[in-house]
Amino acid sequence: MIELDNTAYSYGGGELLSNISLKLAPGSFHFLTGPSGAGKTTFLKLCYGALIPTSGHVRLFDQDVRDMDRDDHAMARRRIGVVHQDCQFLDHLPIADNVALPLMVSGRETLENHSNLKELMHWVGLGNRANALPPEMSGGERQRAALARAVIMSPDVVLADEPTGNVDWEMSQRLLQLLIELNKMGKTIMIATHDMNLIRAAKSQVQARVLRIANRKLQLAGADL
Amino acid sequence: MSVLPTVVKEFIVGDVQADRVVPPSGFTATLTTFAAGAMAFLAIFALALSLATGRLAARWGDDLAHSSTLRISAPEGQMAEQTAAALRLLKTTPGVESARALTAEEQGALLEPWFGPDLPIEDLPIPQLIEIQETQSGYDAAGLRLRLQGEVPGAVLDDHNRWRRPLEQAAGRLRLLGLVSILLIAATTATIITLAANAALAANAQVIAVLRVVGAQDSYIAKAFVRRFTLRALLGAAIGVVAGMAAVLLLPAAQPEGGFLTGLGFQGGSWLLPMLIPPLAGVVAYFATRHAARRTLSELD
Repeated sequence: MIELDNTAYSYGGGELLSNISLKLAPGSFHFLTGPSGAGKTTFLKLCYGALIPTSGHVRLFDQDVRDMDRDDHAMARRRIGVVHQDCQFLDHLPIADNVALPLMVSGRETLENHSNLKELMHWVGLGNRANALPPEMSGGERQRAALARAVIMSPDVVLADEPTGNVDWEMSQRLLQLLIELNKMGKTIMIATHDMNLIRAAKSQVQARVLRIANRKLQLAGADL
Repeated sequence: MSVLPTVVKEFIVGDVQADRVVPPSGFTATLTTFAAGAMAFLAIFALALSLATGRLAARWGDDLAHSSTLRISAPEGQMAEQTAAALRLLKTTPGVESARALTAEEQGALLEPWFGPDLPIEDLPIPQLIEIQETQSGYDAAGLRLRLQGEVPGAVLDDHNRWRRPLEQAAGRLRLLGLVSILLIAATTATIITLAANAALAANAQVIAVLRVVGAQDSYIAKAFVRRFTLRALLGAAIGVVAGMAAVLLLPAAQPEGGFLTGLGFQGGSWLLPMLIPPLAGVVAYFATRHAARRTLSELD
């Protein structure tokens, strides 16, 4: 579904990432680690088409990102749920509407989805915050809302950039559980994190592979984790 | 054609959800509405000017094209004789339908605006005027002049051409000026709305980024902006038209003494023309915003 073939990316100076090849198989669970500044976020952006590789190829659902027009990108993003490190919302809409935004923009806001929304809000612990505006919410609440927004379309792939960066251990476990549940339903998951405890906790429940970015390369991390 | 009203209805009723994704913007919204209103107000006057000068040119053309004036200056004793001779001569001239000497009262009325009502014009040596109505084909002015020279030496023929041409020309220019003004007003409206739409798009960069992340297509994002600006322009232009028409109605009615100055306004079916201004403003706003939105969006990531 997401395929990187000899991909490199540079922001103008030297290459930040080079010679990266990876095939995300349906139903796989990946962690992405590496020192900060190594290019984890850039790598994720390549994976959902926000950045075009400076060399090599990235294919989303068997389509080269260079051949995709803006509407193709929009369609691909409906199948790839993304949780950003600094999640952004529409600040004038209550958080429940923000979570439902992917349904709204794709014309899929049905009654059935509406009850799913309520359930999902409870799942991420925001059941009683549905009417809060994003600027009134804490960092942890925003991250949970971002995850809910990323999964509401039941995407094929969920890419999460430090989804547990601002939440306490208990909540990070809950978010992890949600992602594991989604993985068990056949979704492909990739989580960028440097929280080794989170990776260990996941490894006991799911077949997870750990990728590490170091020295511009993507490596499969050893069993030492 | 049955598709069009549905599309328009959907556009005006709109997707309430889609409209909500763009935050409300009270102040710039008011400015757009105001600008559209002011432009519509000006368009009303440009339109009124064009229509009035159009009517004026047509009237002058008709009135003056088929009439001429013969002026007879003669010593008091010969005046009646020369007038009769001139009338006789005119009756036998091919192309002259009728000729009539103006009465003393009529000549007095013509002079009144210049001399006032109290001047004893009977005592003045005023030339006698003869009004000539031409047939459709007209007469040979040069030939008539030659014959007049021989038989009525005090007569001067004025075939109105030297009056009509510059007046018609001036009216035509005024009309053109009015039309150019309407076009300029439309272009300025498009410019103002494009600038306002660009400002709104720039101010809502974060909204657009969020919508892109969750998979919104450009058409969805553009629609939210286009609909707003079109409705604002429609509303503003409607207010401007109502104000402009009220101002035109309050102008003094056309009167013979005032000439074309008080004829500025709408007559008959042309009262319907201003009704076209709000829809036109809406169409201008629609395309201006759509163009601005598409260009801005295509420049993003």
